[in-house]
Amino acid sequence: MRLAILGAGAVGRSVADLAGEYGHEVVALADSSHAVVDESGVAVADALGSKDAGDALGSSDPADVFETDYDVLVEATPTTLGDAEPGFSHVERALTDDRHVVLANKGPVAERYEELRALEADSAGSIRFEATVGGAIPVCSTIEDCTPQSVTAVRGVLNGTANFILTRMAAEGLDYEHVLAEAQDLGVAEADPTFDVDGTDAALKFVILANVLSEGGFSLEDAEVTGIQNVPGSALDLAAEDGRTIRLIGEATREGVRVGPRLVPENGALAVTGTRNIVQIETKNAGSLHNSGRGAGGPETATAVLSDVGRLPSL
Amino acid sequence: MSELDEESDDEPAETDGGVRAYTVRLELVDEPGELLRTLEPIANNGGNLLSIHHERGNITPRGHIPVEVDLECPPDRFEGIVEALREAGVNVIQAGADRYGEELNVILVGHLVESDLSDTLSVIEGNTHASLVDLSLAAPEGMDAVSSARLRLAVDTGRAEDALETVREIADEKDFCVVEPLLGGDA
Repeated sequence: MRLAILGAGAVGRSVADLAGEYGHEVVALADSSHAVVDESGVAVADALGSKDAGDALGSSDPADVFETDYDVLVEATPTTLGDAEPGFSHVERALTDDRHVVLANKGPVAERYEELRALEADSAGSIRFEATVGGAIPVCSTIEDCTPQSVTAVRGVLNGTANFILTRMAAEGLDYEHVLAEAQDLGVAEADPTFDVDGTDAALKFVILANVLSEGGFSLEDAEVTGIQNVPGSALDLAAEDGRTIRLIGEATREGVRVGPRLVPENGALAVTGTRNIVQIETKNAGSLHNSGRGAGGPETATAVLSDVGRLPSL
Repeated sequence: MSELDEESDDEPAETDGGVRAYTVRLELVDEPGELLRTLEPIANNGGNLLSIHHERGNITPRGHIPVEVDLECPPDRFEGIVEALREAGVNVIQAGADRYGEELNVILVGHLVESDLSDTLSVIEGNTHASLVDLSLAAPEGMDAVSSARLRLAVDTGRAEDALETVREIADEKDFCVVEPLLGGDA
């Protein structure tokens, strides 16, 4: 497949880097201000090297990407809430041009799912979005394989930063602020960790899963979300007295989406440690399935994008 | 009627705190009338049958049929029911306290002491389906700062969501953060 990649952050760059290894070709790569376009194959290392040196990624305009002869648009621009722009318009343009779209950007899938599916219905192209939920972990494709109708609920930990903080708080008996500062020093938490610790990031992922289960109907404002900022170390101590711990757990069912700190058995499957993520897919006929792994990171998330690309039919 | 039956029929059921749901696992011999013989001591001793799960297809190694009976009765009558079953020669496999209904752990975080902890607990116990088994309080910063409490509640089978709703309401009113257990799924 010929890939046009929008977004040159950690995920976009890794997709560009790894595309060749997975048998695909990059014909366009753009960040928010510049693009490099070459129908015979972009020299990825050169373009990214130029960006790293503080120069432009390439000499083209990002809008030129859509004029390229590509098969799959990889939407890896930063997640935005509400109208999910500009990501949504990028997807719309590609589908209108009868191309496939693979999203790593959660915004459009969480906030405007039905509109995406309506655009897809009128297009020869199709959309996939494995990378939006749980990084490298196959979540959407597992649900797809089980068939969504036979999945009754999806629960789990889908934010590594919050999970790291809770794990450290429980292990070291430290309070939230101390551990957050440590997480920021280690690069596990961003300078502004709001969306990770207040539950928004996890909620977006579970909203996407609820949309998959119900064929749409949910957006972030439908989710009931509580963060971990008010969980003191003493609460984790009390939980441990009884063989339990606290994790930021999300739940997606056909009834709704809920994310909040919950008590789970200390040695249970959902009490993953550090930045690890896990999802429990509850099925009607086959009990629960657990998929666990790295829920974030450039190369990890890029593998989910490239798996999606591999599942697309040729146009 | 056995001696036991008469004894427990003397007075009306003591309903302090209402009735509670219990599960009893039995093993029956595969003979006609066995199930009925089992149910009589329950009814005669103030138990109200909720459901019977008769696993006919699932014979135990000793050739018996496992039966799971859900019943409701005042807590102080349950022992009498189990005794009457044993008296009647029924093989009671499991009727321990750990099988009675469900247990629920929930953590509250906030100004628990300042906001009248005993009032909070009595509101929660006011829910007829829940009773407080124990409470553990942690107030590392002193009683007038934010503290945490772990409440272990005994809850009637199928009433966990109902009990949690009571906890949520009082938490909302007093501005507590609630860490709920994850129900459902094999977490």
